[in-house]
Amino acid sequence: MPKRTDLKHILVIGSGPIVIGQACEFDYSGTQACRVLRSEGIRVSLVNSNPATIMTDPEFADATYVEPITPEFVELVIARERPDALLPTLGGQTALNTAVALHSAGVLDKYGVELIGANIDAINRGEDRQLFKDIVAKAGARIGVADPTGLVPRSRVCHSMAEVEATAAELGLPVVIRPSFTMGGLGSGMAHTDADLARIAGAGLAASPVHEVLIEESVLGWKEYELELMRDRHDNVVVVCSIENVDPMGVHTGDSVTVAPAMTLTDREYQRLRDLGIAVLREVGVDTGGCNIQFAVNPADGRIVVIEMNPRVSRSSALASKATGFPIAKIAAKLAIGYTLDEIPNDITLKTPAAFEPTLDYVVVKIPRFAFEKFPGADPELTTTMKSVGEAMSLGRNFTEALNKAMRSMETKAAGFWTQPDPRGATKEDTLAALGVPHDGRLYTVERALRLGASIAEVAEASGGMDPWFLDQIAALVELRAEIVDAPVLDADLLRRAKRAGLSDRQLAALRPELAAEDGVRTLRHRLGVRPVYKTVDTCAAEFEATTPYHYSTYDQETEVAPSDRPKVLILGSGPNRIGQGIEFDYSCVHAVMALRAVGYETVMVNCNPETVSTDYDTADRLYFEPLTFEDVLEVWYAEDSSGKAAGGPGVVGVIVQLGGQTPLGLARRLKNAGVPVVGTSPESIHLAEERGAFGSVLARAGLRAPAHGMATSYEEAKAIAEEIGYPVLVRPSYVLGGRGMEIVYDDPTLRDYIGRATDISPDHPVLVDRFLDDAIEIDVDALCDADGEVYLGGVMEHIEEAGIHSGDSSCALPPITLAGSHLAQVRRYTEAIARGVGVRGLLNVQYALKDDVLYVLEANPRASRTVPFVSKATAVPLAKAAARIALGATIAELRAEGLLPPTGDGGTMPADAPIAVKEAVLPFKRFRTPSGKGIDSLLGPEMKSTGEVMGIDTNFGHAFAKSQSAAYGSLPTAGKIFVSVANRDKRGMIFPIKRLADLGFEIVATTGTAEVLRRHGIACEQIRKHYESGAGEDAVSMILGGDVALVVNTPQGSGASARSDGYEIRSAAVTADIPCVTTVPGAAAAVMGIEARIRGDMRVRPLQDLHATLRATR
Amino acid sequence: MRRRPAILVLEDGRTFHGEAYGSVGETFGEAVFNTGMTGYQETLTDPSYHRQVVVQTAPHIGNTGVNGEDDESGRIWVAGYVVRDPARIGSNWRATGGLEDRLAAEGVVGIGGVDTRALTRHLRERGAMRVGISSVDDDPRALLARVRQAPQMVGADLSAEVTTAQPYVVEAEGAHRFTVAALDLGIKRNVPRRLAARGVTTHVLPASSGIDDLLATGADAVFLSPGPGDPATADGPVGLAREALRRRIPLFGICFGSQILGRALGFGTYKLGYGHRGINQPVLDRVTGKVEVTSHNHGFAVRVPGADQGAVVPDQVIETEFGGVQVSHVCLNDNVVEGLRAKDVPAFTVQYHPEAAAGPHDADYLFDRFAELIEGRTHSEGRTNA
Repeated sequence: MPKRTDLKHILVIGSGPIVIGQACEFDYSGTQACRVLRSEGIRVSLVNSNPATIMTDPEFADATYVEPITPEFVELVIARERPDALLPTLGGQTALNTAVALHSAGVLDKYGVELIGANIDAINRGEDRQLFKDIVAKAGARIGVADPTGLVPRSRVCHSMAEVEATAAELGLPVVIRPSFTMGGLGSGMAHTDADLARIAGAGLAASPVHEVLIEESVLGWKEYELELMRDRHDNVVVVCSIENVDPMGVHTGDSVTVAPAMTLTDREYQRLRDLGIAVLREVGVDTGGCNIQFAVNPADGRIVVIEMNPRVSRSSALASKATGFPIAKIAAKLAIGYTLDEIPNDITLKTPAAFEPTLDYVVVKIPRFAFEKFPGADPELTTTMKSVGEAMSLGRNFTEALNKAMRSMETKAAGFWTQPDPRGATKEDTLAALGVPHDGRLYTVERALRLGASIAEVAEASGGMDPWFLDQIAALVELRAEIVDAPVLDADLLRRAKRAGLSDRQLAALRPELAAEDGVRTLRHRLGVRPVYKTVDTCAAEFEATTPYHYSTYDQETEVAPSDRPKVLILGSGPNRIGQGIEFDYSCVHAVMALRAVGYETVMVNCNPETVSTDYDTADRLYFEPLTFEDVLEVWYAEDSSGKAAGGPGVVGVIVQLGGQTPLGLARRLKNAGVPVVGTSPESIHLAEERGAFGSVLARAGLRAPAHGMATSYEEAKAIAEEIGYPVLVRPSYVLGGRGMEIVYDDPTLRDYIGRATDISPDHPVLVDRFLDDAIEIDVDALCDADGEVYLGGVMEHIEEAGIHSGDSSCALPPITLAGSHLAQVRRYTEAIARGVGVRGLLNVQYALKDDVLYVLEANPRASRTVPFVSKATAVPLAKAAARIALGATIAELRAEGLLPPTGDGGTMPADAPIAVKEAVLPFKRFRTPSGKGIDSLLGPEMKSTGEVMGIDTNFGHAFAKSQSAAYGSLPTAGKIFVSVANRDKRGMIFPIKRLADLGFEIVATTGTAEVLRRHGIACEQIRKHYESGAGEDAVSMILGGDVALVVNTPQGSGASARSDGYEIRSAAVTADIPCVTTVPGAAAAVMGIEARIRGDMRVRPLQDLHATLRATR
Repeated sequence: MRRRPAILVLEDGRTFHGEAYGSVGETFGEAVFNTGMTGYQETLTDPSYHRQVVVQTAPHIGNTGVNGEDDESGRIWVAGYVVRDPARIGSNWRATGGLEDRLAAEGVVGIGGVDTRALTRHLRERGAMRVGISSVDDDPRALLARVRQAPQMVGADLSAEVTTAQPYVVEAEGAHRFTVAALDLGIKRNVPRRLAARGVTTHVLPASSGIDDLLATGADAVFLSPGPGDPATADGPVGLAREALRRRIPLFGICFGSQILGRALGFGTYKLGYGHRGINQPVLDRVTGKVEVTSHNHGFAVRVPGADQGAVVPDQVIETEFGGVQVSHVCLNDNVVEGLRAKDVPAFTVQYHPEAAAGPHDADYLFDRFAELIEGRTHSEGRTNA
């Protein structure tokens, strides 16, 4: 069944900003889809508001709309582009929801757009819980399951305690209690004991208006599995991958440690899952493409319960694609345009078709990365709500090897077992007790419990159902540890066994202190000839020859690195996504690959993040899916360099560390010392920029101003500095990314408290104390500098919020919207001086504060920054590509001549009519709750909290800002109630914007003090009491929670900790109610401009290709 | 606790080092690799692996132990077992013991810790070949000499070694519909089980049985089972098949049984380079155009005139002495003939394993086809008699 010939133009919807649960895996899938469709000669239009994605690079679609993914904007795109079809299954839930909304609103019919890869009925059947339960039972009956109703959790509706007790007795405790018709699941809970049952069900019956509760059997602690399936229009179905969760049911699969393939199923059990999965897929009616189904399996008797399915490419599909080498999104795109699986060649073997099921001869482990340290107050217990912000994946020839590699890929303080001391006084008993609550790093707790003498059965019980096979694997590591500790010497045999189990040099060094740390272990290991080999991911366990060099390391007999005599460049990626280091860095790495491939280098990518485009084996010439630790990177370099030289070539001519964020940058110096050719900005220059004292000298030499500052290793020192430079001060640890641990401190007690909490403080790791510039304008600059010292200003961004809010969290505009020409000239002069002073060869990011017309240097980062993709898209200049070329020796003049950079001018000389691009951060507050279930504070500060970003681009600021808000948070309101409560110092600044909102017809509601000020300025407003003020009627918090408010404007009173507590209840209510909440005066002013633009209703959309052509014409 | 070292030597001299697994000792056979990620218990007990040393490409083996339900015959048949990482414990609610204990109890010599991927790549490039494993002699050269004395698979007649000694009956589940006589050339337990689920009573007879022995059971149809060895040596079963064709008795065969039908129709059989052994093989049903993911275990295949070079014409009918024959199924990986269907006599066979165990159930419909074939046959006969 060949390709359909009637589809000439397809609209692809992306997934928008990176949020928890929907991350850059959809950039990977969307990029694949765009590539595939275009290679089939189809015109591709794309909508995605996320500028940090590769898919929104203008070269990946014919018309790229960086516009909000809302029905309103997508309709504008459809009206302009008139595509034949819409492909919504590769952009996560966002794309699917938007497609459903467009269908329901009749937009697709109106413009004659066909939905491909999905059908509306199937989507609804997959999403409606009751409908889905019926479908599962039907599917089960069709394949002859004896008791198909048992394929979903058993349950009964009860109307009395007697019925409840009888039902619970039948189902067995624990049971889940769900009262009927209560708001937001109020009164639901899980009863583990009869007492719980009486309490929760009693309250539930009382709370339910119809005196009714649903008693449902609990599958908590059951084994959890996922299957990734694909179906074509000829009804051929294949299972691409099985995934088993090490954490049993009860922890969201995104937050679980997972393994592929399934490790603890017999063939009979596996085939039952497969049969059921296929039957459900057919019953739901998934049209073509990928789908994912989750199962729970009772470890006591093998009973299967189907939990849910996603009728689209999902987070797990990205993982499954990387785990197997079977590119689900790419194949899904081909299936959507009519191909069948047997017509599509397997990408890796080229000779066999995609209509098969990949088989693995290795083990894949994925570990989630959390960021609880960023959200004080958030409950760190892992539940069925996903909380992780990223993940790392590893491949090994056995489970422990893959597990250990994944653990050291995490970029956390602990880099695998035994690399951090046990908690003081840990006992077997309290370690077992700690296992009962699922938490980040639970496998560390498992290992400790086993090491402290717990049996596998005890740990299985305490962890609520981890499979004994996994626990035995960890027990084997505990035994190996004892052997290593006890051995008189670490001989080749024991060392080899340790490496085969996946232990790092660093872990071994921790066990053998006499070996002079990691370097000592490595020296010994190399002397004994114990080095890794590299195997290939080939989808077929070596049954057929692989043509794609997608490698992972292991300690085995034979290596598969093919010799090549071309000059090679290693590009180090950025590892797991975390707050402060995300997709933006992957973007830069992918660009480096593209730029260097284009000029004849053989590009070698090293990364461990399965969600990314960089770890698509199609991206670089060679891919090594490896942890970004010194040891692992050094071995990859050695393997590539030595095989290249053996083939008569130059081997590795450069290693690029400056594009993957702080992770590879941190390896620069050690790699260089080990003889690795680190190219671009040298480790010495990196040090000049990153070490406070050295950087101070650079600034002093150039006569540049920085806020007064000092370094402290104790409270006394910090206090002395603060007294000298004056409060408020900004305090932070040295060498951080994403403002980790950064705070603004207004007084001595808070400073003492901060130093007390900064446990790592030492002469090597001092705390930096800077004068904090209140009410300054913050400016962000990305620039390039070459070996001749020529500087190209990539872009100058003006922050909308004042300085003090982390640059990653604040919105900004490019070109700057209020800066004068003289300011820009000063920014250019400063940036040139810093770039030359530091010795940058490639990208440099500088942050400035402008206060009272004086420019201060806040910090400089000699690497690609988070804003590189945004700037590249706003200015039509590929900065990361240029940086990669500069690192390998090109000059800016050369790059201008060859057209990679504009012939004249730069990002500091944007034409007056250039479009305004606004970047807005997307924050994850909604995801987190305190242990008592309240929302957490949404107040912004110097520590970065956002997970992603969007871009709004238009001819003026108001429109661009309105688009950015629509893209990030859903649209700004155009009518309704606005709640205002601002700090005294902000009252003056708020009058004008609030007045404007009142004039626009909004109803204003304000707390007492704010209301008084507003009334004195003739602004009519309703007064409302704060939640803690006594009085009659509704208080502000309950009004917000009640959903009556369209926008909240709240700036914190006071300073420091008291500022946090002041508006906390209000802001957390806004988070809970999912209402936009503005917390700064400039933010409010921008919101007013955005609202005006929306009310005018003249929103237009324009493809990036168009905007870029206009910009290029001016150069 | 360290294990005893062991070595594996291929007949071309390539040597792998590992550790003793299962029984300590020495063993020889034909080295073949199996790419299934599940189903080691079914694989080990599949008689078709008789005299073969099985290399598992899945690195972890033994994770779910062994149980009393998943054996495909009465014993383990593999001549030796090669794995990367043997499990220390088996974990599964049905498990009755550990795999290594079972291997040791049945005297199966294995080797663990081997770079099974390197070994698989070697076999892929050089073809299946003889191999020896020893955990008692660590001299590869001495072992190599013994490997080269071991018998070859080409020309091996193994049916007599794996077949049942006595006939036995597997009763139909529910209402009895038909009776099938199965010639046991190394049958798997799941075949009669899948037939029984369709109301078929299966009489399983020793490989030496003649057509009259089969028909004496009152059989409505004949089944030719899977099994080990070179089909070129199976003159007895081939003669039996020809007799069944001549008498127009409904006939179905699997794997070795398919090769026998091929030879009975006058086609040749040949040895594949390294065979198909796994549970992920895409097979195209050329009648429906649908792809099924299937379980394979064959080192030999049928050579159909003009059809073995990937140039199978979908509707091509090959004339034989029993009338027209079509290639009903092909493997999409390499175009190997995977199914034959006679147009003028009631006979069809497949080269792969619709009974699965281990493997996916996509091809289970073939047992329905067999039942329909018998039904159509008995029905039309009934009419003729009337």
